[in-house]
Amino acid sequence: MAKQLLKLKVNGRDVVVAVEPYHTLAQVLRNELNLTGTKVGCDMGTCGCCTVHIDGKAKLSCLTLALECQGTSVHTIESLNEYQMHPLQKAFAECGGSQCGYCTPGFIMKSAELLAKNPDPTREEIKAALSGNLCRCTGFMKIYDAVEQAASELRKKDAPQPTPIKV
Amino acid sequence: MPIVSGSGQTQNNHQLNKGVWTESGAPAEAPFNVIGKRVPLKDAYRKVTGEGVYADDMKFPGMLHCRILRATTPHAKIVSIDTSKAEALPGVRAVVTGRDAENRFGVLPVSQDEVAMASDKVIYNGEPVAAVAADTEEIAAEAIWLIDVRYEPLQEFLKPRDSLKDVAPELQLHEKVEKKHPNTNIHKAVDQEFGDVEAAFKEAGAIVSAEFKFDGISHGFTEPHAVIAHWDADDRLQLYTPQQVPHYTHRALAKVLELPMHQIQVIRTMVGGGFGGKSDPFQHEMIAALLSMKTRRPVKVTMDREETFLTGRGRHPTESKLGMAFSKDGKLLALDSDVIIDGGAYGSFGVVSAYYNGVLSNGPYRIPAFRYHGKRIYSNRIPSGAMRGHGSVNPRYCTETLVDMAAVELGIDPCELRMRNFLESNTLTPFHKFRITSNGVREGLAEAMKRSDWKNKWGKLPYGHGIGVGCAWYISGSALPIHWNKLPQSTVHLKIDLDGGIAVHSLAADIGQGSDTVLAQCVAEVLGVDMDRIHVKSTTTDTAPIDLGSYSSRVTFMAGNAARAAAEEIRHKLADAAARLTGQRGEYFDFVNEELVCRSKPDVRVGFMEALHEAQADVGALIASGSYQSPPLGSTFKGSNAGLSPSYSFSAFIAEVKVDPETGFVQPLKVWAAHDCGKALNPLSVEGQIEGSVHMGLGQALSEQLRYRNGQLLNANFLDYKIPTPFDTPEIEVIIVESHDPEGPFGAKECGEGALAPVIPAIGNAIYDAVGVRMFEVPMTPDRILKAIEKKQREGK
Repeated sequence: MAKQLLKLKVNGRDVVVAVEPYHTLAQVLRNELNLTGTKVGCDMGTCGCCTVHIDGKAKLSCLTLALECQGTSVHTIESLNEYQMHPLQKAFAECGGSQCGYCTPGFIMKSAELLAKNPDPTREEIKAALSGNLCRCTGFMKIYDAVEQAASELRKKDAPQPTPIKV
Repeated sequence: MPIVSGSGQTQNNHQLNKGVWTESGAPAEAPFNVIGKRVPLKDAYRKVTGEGVYADDMKFPGMLHCRILRATTPHAKIVSIDTSKAEALPGVRAVVTGRDAENRFGVLPVSQDEVAMASDKVIYNGEPVAAVAADTEEIAAEAIWLIDVRYEPLQEFLKPRDSLKDVAPELQLHEKVEKKHPNTNIHKAVDQEFGDVEAAFKEAGAIVSAEFKFDGISHGFTEPHAVIAHWDADDRLQLYTPQQVPHYTHRALAKVLELPMHQIQVIRTMVGGGFGGKSDPFQHEMIAALLSMKTRRPVKVTMDREETFLTGRGRHPTESKLGMAFSKDGKLLALDSDVIIDGGAYGSFGVVSAYYNGVLSNGPYRIPAFRYHGKRIYSNRIPSGAMRGHGSVNPRYCTETLVDMAAVELGIDPCELRMRNFLESNTLTPFHKFRITSNGVREGLAEAMKRSDWKNKWGKLPYGHGIGVGCAWYISGSALPIHWNKLPQSTVHLKIDLDGGIAVHSLAADIGQGSDTVLAQCVAEVLGVDMDRIHVKSTTTDTAPIDLGSYSSRVTFMAGNAARAAAEEIRHKLADAAARLTGQRGEYFDFVNEELVCRSKPDVRVGFMEALHEAQADVGALIASGSYQSPPLGSTFKGSNAGLSPSYSFSAFIAEVKVDPETGFVQPLKVWAAHDCGKALNPLSVEGQIEGSVHMGLGQALSEQLRYRNGQLLNANFLDYKIPTPFDTPEIEVIIVESHDPEGPFGAKECGEGALAPVIPAIGNAIYDAVGVRMFEVPMTPDRILKAIEKKQREGK
């Protein structure tokens, strides 16, 4: 099979990249575009480490073929701290929501989708949103704390708003 | 008296130190500047932004990709390996087999039984047999299937008891086996007896005994194994690896590759979780190195999740039989245990595991008579090794279950029975002479009982709803180094130059537990400076002094002490400089908020930078070295070193569950986790370690198991290997018990491993309280619980 041209937006920039038809979005982001913040923990959709946003929806980039993303807009963890640290990133660091850090980008991207839809989630809603993400270090408690802290930060009217991720 | 605090309590002490000082004048006890504060991890911002670099994130010009061919049968002679077709595939740059490196290695000097790749025989399904380096991962993946390996099957050892039998020499999995059983596949046997066990059982008012079975479990760290080797233009090997213990990999590489250690640099990348699963020197590290030496190009190995499971080193599958004797008034009289642990294909840390499974039952209760027969066997299953709570977790389930059974038999509340038997503070255990320093287990259990409303719940909740307790202890670092030499167990170097940045050099591996942060805190506390000044350099063997690494829950205690000692040396120099500048000779200076303040004349102050530049006059950068070595400890009998630690942590957990008697499904409702970690240097991290331990323990308690059929692992993925999800994880209330350890840095002990073991029996005992069945098989899956309930109902009729 020959490589094919994939045109898409990644973190707001137009990108054209030649990809193998069997390459996943995760592979292209990491290997071709050097966006290694997106992690691959299982490569079969069971851990959530590779979560990115495709047209504003949180998706597993290891289960998405790169060519499926033709013409889409993809956001990765690297898009969250342009100009300033995203409140979610700050909260995950401050609350101890990240230990080894390998699952963290996936959790943050999934949480960003949740907070865009639901700015004031309950703990049960946070649990439900994050139930497809696996963390082996924290026991999840401090991740919930982080999402709650970020949500309350984002709800403040005068708070500087992070780079928008449109849903 | 230990201080008991709950989740989320903070202390801010910006005032001048008034209290106990060390010889250099640094504070030894509160109030502190940064010790005891909730400090985010030093590398947290790199992790939350995706900037942190893990091994698989690295790329080098000309880098090749490696795939490993693995055995497809558990036990077989290798008749032939033909690599010619693979070598001919365009894009393949090198192929290696076991013949390329036959030197044996292993983490313990007494168990050098691994090879880079199998050459004469394979001993587990998944063992590396050959490897290919190619231009792309796809080509490498294609090439390994072109390698033709012919096997001649051998009798398989898949049940632990088969390995106890005498067999012909060609059926012994390793040349070196237990001397007492020279014709078997027993790796290590430990037999210990102290006190009059027989008499204790004769006199006992209550005897409880049971047989237990534990499935093997896996660490389940989220980052799959990965490594990059680069044989560079200077003829040096650079190995980038997520290692918990870079030093042992360094030694093993030198041995296997027959290179002097200084020709190798091991560079620890960020570690995406370890839990013991990244603490052996590994075959894939050797393979990447061999391929890079052959091609003179960087070679990357990235395993998939299945291979990561197959690499193993998880908790041993265990079969054990235990008995405990109690007096009528609930005094523990004796413990008798007989344990077989399945080590799988290699030795790994197994000699230690064989001891720990027995000797770590000598706490948290006083045991006046003790007998242990333990055997670690080799089998054709995935290698077992060290996993969080190494060697203490399965026996802890057994003893805590038996204590609970005794409580029922004696009619004593299970918490009360435990209270009657706890070891005291500042004591030695009767036989092994384990040195107990501070011990906050009573305060912890009392607080957990109070917060869980134990007295109104135990034995009083409706059918299907129960509460249970489990207690434990654990070593704060093994006092026994793996390699016998006179070097300290931890050494830390400090360097402060004109810029005022403090470089902390150490080989203690930050694996996400926050070891860099704790070292930075220790240094910042002694020097009274902001954490931002401190840059921990803990990744490269060229610059970092040897530290034995992140295992046996040793880093805070040992490396923390070394960091503190190094910082105190610098503190002396800065205090001298401040005395020169102010004319206050012979005065103590307090180091607070980046200032040196004369203790007797607080208005006499010198800025940190001013003192630093004065101290640097004529000498340049300030450098200091600090180290830690365990004091001589313990008894003198053979094997008495195992289990020794300069200090022990203690924990007391209570769990509340609901059990559906129709389905056997257990829903944990809440866990109250009281853990005595000495002084909590960073309560945020302490809570994180305890919560993580509870989560991991719940997995082993209820759902995690490595399942085999004919020696093949059936569930090498996160769908079938069931780690608790957010929905399976109940609320965890952490109760930090602060007892001051006299030797730990600022009073600290361990918290990363000891908090795992008590969860499992707390759940098991809660299940008993809920539905009246004792679970002797772990994990306590719904089918097993259902079977136990049905058995009880049958027997009831």
